[in-house]
Amino acid sequence: MCLAVPGRLLERWLGPGDVAYGRVAFGAVRREVCLAYTPQAEVGDYLIVHVGVAIQRLDEEAARQALALWAEIDALAVDEPASDPPEGTGSR
Amino acid sequence: MRWVEEFRDPRAIRALADALAAATTRPWTIMEVCGGQTHTIVRWSLPDLLPPAIELIHGPGCPVCVTPIAAVDQARALALRGDVTLATFGDMVRVPGSAGDLLSARAEGADVRVVSSPLDALALARARRDRTLVMFAVGFETTAPATAAAIELAAREGLDNFAVLAAHVRVPPAAAMILGDPARRVQGLLAAGHVCAVVGTEEYPALCERFAAPIVVTGFEPVDLLAGLLACVRQLEAGRAELEIQYRRAVRPEGNPAARAAIARVFAVADAPWRGLGVVAGGGLRIRDALARFDAARRFDLAPLAAAAAAEDARCRASAVLRGLLRPPQCPEFAAGCTPERPLGAPMVSSEGACAAYYRYARRHESA
Repeated sequence: MCLAVPGRLLERWLGPGDVAYGRVAFGAVRREVCLAYTPQAEVGDYLIVHVGVAIQRLDEEAARQALALWAEIDALAVDEPASDPPEGTGSR
Repeated sequence: MRWVEEFRDPRAIRALADALAAATTRPWTIMEVCGGQTHTIVRWSLPDLLPPAIELIHGPGCPVCVTPIAAVDQARALALRGDVTLATFGDMVRVPGSAGDLLSARAEGADVRVVSSPLDALALARARRDRTLVMFAVGFETTAPATAAAIELAAREGLDNFAVLAAHVRVPPAAAMILGDPARRVQGLLAAGHVCAVVGTEEYPALCERFAAPIVVTGFEPVDLLAGLLACVRQLEAGRAELEIQYRRAVRPEGNPAARAAIARVFAVADAPWRGLGVVAGGGLRIRDALARFDAARRFDLAPLAAAAAAEDARCRASAVLRGLLRPPQCPEFAAGCTPERPLGAPMVSSEGACAAYYRYARRHESA
């Protein structure tokens, strides 16, 4: 019920009663989502969707700051001898 | 930004686990409120990465699990009337009521539909104007906006054959109840990120102060959980008790004002029974009088849930699990008399239930 994975808005349109709807991709799964509470959402935005309704648009700047937190911690530890090679995923 | 992979990066997980070990000098007990977070913790074996001094307690944040059995019984009775089509979420149809679950009602001839959104239930009501469609709606502040949207659209369209059996609950009063428990073991809380994405965080600073406990609003990926725990432990070690938002990419202090306004238009705050916690003051939402015609409880004259008694299966320890007093594998019925295929109680059914999380991801710990 509480789908925690964000989805990407692929297209949007105005439905009955001038309510905004959109098609959202969650990986390979696509579904129609009501955008009544995220009217500012643009195609390409990532949305949190609960039971068919988008409840929030994700903020990329905030996400980058969160990732910088651990990168900082990691940089502090980098001088210490590593117990095994880092599993670089290239995400930094 | 790929939004998920970065927050599952093994190197980030290791760096945060090391930082947690370095920050921890004393034993701390921390509760994650939300069942989605419980699943991440168990699925990623995060307790194995934590310093032994940190104990995690799983909270009651699974809406299916805290729905009173009496609500399941009411939904089942409505479904069996014959003139009602009952729609609800997939998790709800297999939750045992006193006289069976909603799937067994379907076997007895009831028209029970599984929907993934209240808006899908509304579409069913539009398609069959000759039948009453009742949406059995459960959930926290994350699902209440969808139910509010369905009711407002039904009102606008004059869809009088649509009604909602609402068992929506509110998280902050339950968090207050957990922190105010005189026997409380929890010293810090990880608050549910998506609930706060909707309602914001304005209620929490007062709780931090009143109960001298740090509250960190946390996301759902392993990096989020570890960063939330690190923030919580740093506060506890420093003797601070403040609100912090770890999950900033989705949570703004004001939440989602449009969704909050819709909830406030459709629902009034009410006392509500939570399975495991009892009646929580202000812990639920009731459909406003102006929209009473869409309230299945009033349309069919159902007893208030707080007053309706229902028998639990005596073997099910869900109440203790939901209060963090019993870990699922400690239950004698776990994975024996109770499995997702043949559940005794909701925590083994729901995709957010603690018992289901341990069953799916952590049985190897038990057989080891």
